[in-house]
Amino acid sequence: MASLIPCPHCGPRPKEEFTVRGAALPRPAPDAPVEEWQAHVYLRENPRGDFAEHWHHSGGCRRWLVVKRNTATHTVHSVTDAAEGRP
Amino acid sequence: MRYSALSVLLQGLTGKAPAPAWRSPAPKPEYDVVIVGGGGHGLATAYYLAKEFGITNVAVLEKGYVGGGNIGRNTTIIRSNYLLPGNNPFYELSMKLWEGLEQDFNFNAMVSQRGVVNLIHSDAQRDAYRRRGNAMRLHGVDAEILDRDQVRKILPFLDFDNARFPIKGAIRQRRGGTVRHDAVAWGYARGASARGVDIIPHCEVTAIRQQNGQVTEVETSRGTIRCKRLALATAGHSGITAAMAGITLPIETHALQAYVSEGLKPFIDTVVTFGAGHFYLSQSDKGGLVFGGDIEGYNSYAQRGNLANIEHVAEAGVAMIPALSRVRVLRAWAGVMDMSMDGSPIIDKTHLPNLYLNAGWCYGGFKATPASGLCFAHLIARDAPHKVATAFRLDRFARGYLIDEKGQGAQPNLH
Repeated sequence: MASLIPCPHCGPRPKEEFTVRGAALPRPAPDAPVEEWQAHVYLRENPRGDFAEHWHHSGGCRRWLVVKRNTATHTVHSVTDAAEGRP
Repeated sequence: MRYSALSVLLQGLTGKAPAPAWRSPAPKPEYDVVIVGGGGHGLATAYYLAKEFGITNVAVLEKGYVGGGNIGRNTTIIRSNYLLPGNNPFYELSMKLWEGLEQDFNFNAMVSQRGVVNLIHSDAQRDAYRRRGNAMRLHGVDAEILDRDQVRKILPFLDFDNARFPIKGAIRQRRGGTVRHDAVAWGYARGASARGVDIIPHCEVTAIRQQNGQVTEVETSRGTIRCKRLALATAGHSGITAAMAGITLPIETHALQAYVSEGLKPFIDTVVTFGAGHFYLSQSDKGGLVFGGDIEGYNSYAQRGNLANIEHVAEAGVAMIPALSRVRVLRAWAGVMDMSMDGSPIIDKTHLPNLYLNAGWCYGGFKATPASGLCFAHLIARDAPHKVATAFRLDRFARGYLIDEKGQGAQPNLH
């Protein structure tokens, strides 16, 4: 993982200030079929390459962020506030 | 050639260079079984397919070199101290296979049952470990609870009176220990090769071709290879190989670091784990302290981790053994793990009748190598699961039959 994550609110900060949650996936509708919910909870594309992930700036502004980065090179492409939706 | 003391003596006297332990031929156009992944599990599968089930027209395709993946990157610990009924008999079969492995495949894997000691720091932890120990003993596995004085006799240099994490006792499995990990790959490769299995390194599978709902062939960096049955044993990269067959797995790939110190004189003669953090330590026969901790926490296919985790692991080590503070770390490296959604593996058939899957080993795959190979070979040869591996199904997540030792739920970076 890159050593710095450019937080949209705080600027570039050490990655140790952040807590990773996992893949940033669109949430199914509450009344979506059970298969769709099972896939949402358990199945992962797990790409070797570009990936969107939720990180919490737990040691900073405490905002939830969407970090777009590469899982093979660890390059961070973009970071946006999760409230703005997926980049 | 059969290895023995006599063969060492004769080879020494005649001065002949030893023959390679296994063949690495060019791939044939077709095999009965193609195993993707020449790591510990793939090689063990090939070995048991040939030895136990008489299926020898088998190829093991490895994208790198034999023993270059997780079989050569782990901290070499073996144990069968599991709580849940879905796991325990499987890991105990693995322990029994470790106990007879060197005689079975005629290779010195340096299996050393030096014991595994898990430290207890609180009353609640003692209760949890007692429960696990009782579950183990009900399954016929050895386990004993040690009090503080008994631990002090085996490991006098621990920080028993650490202000925050005092040591109250331990659970111990005497039959646990360590194994020379590379030699496991080499021994299985040699045993499989001698029985006719083709071990093909530097052969990366790039596509899986299907016809009429069956796998027919794989595209590789060394040409097309037809197969009657295809077996995936590519933990760390299972998501990539499974995606070639259109399967999305309940798995994320995470990096785990391991460390070795400079060589020391004999210091610690067992495996010991810290109970207040994630830290495990043993000493190799070369003298290096081999240790590790948690995974990095974020999805990664890069075989490297961050310095922050090295610091964290070192802190846990020094909290447990203050004498470690002046030991220098010689090397740190990482492997990539199939972190499954419940922390337990998958050995199962798939939606394609001749495609078999062995995946999701999290960071516990090394100790499982013999049983994983035997059970996967059983599944491929008989088309039915081995009786100790019936719980490792791919559909257990949808059906609600998770095997969650840690009780963390569907959060792979916490298992």
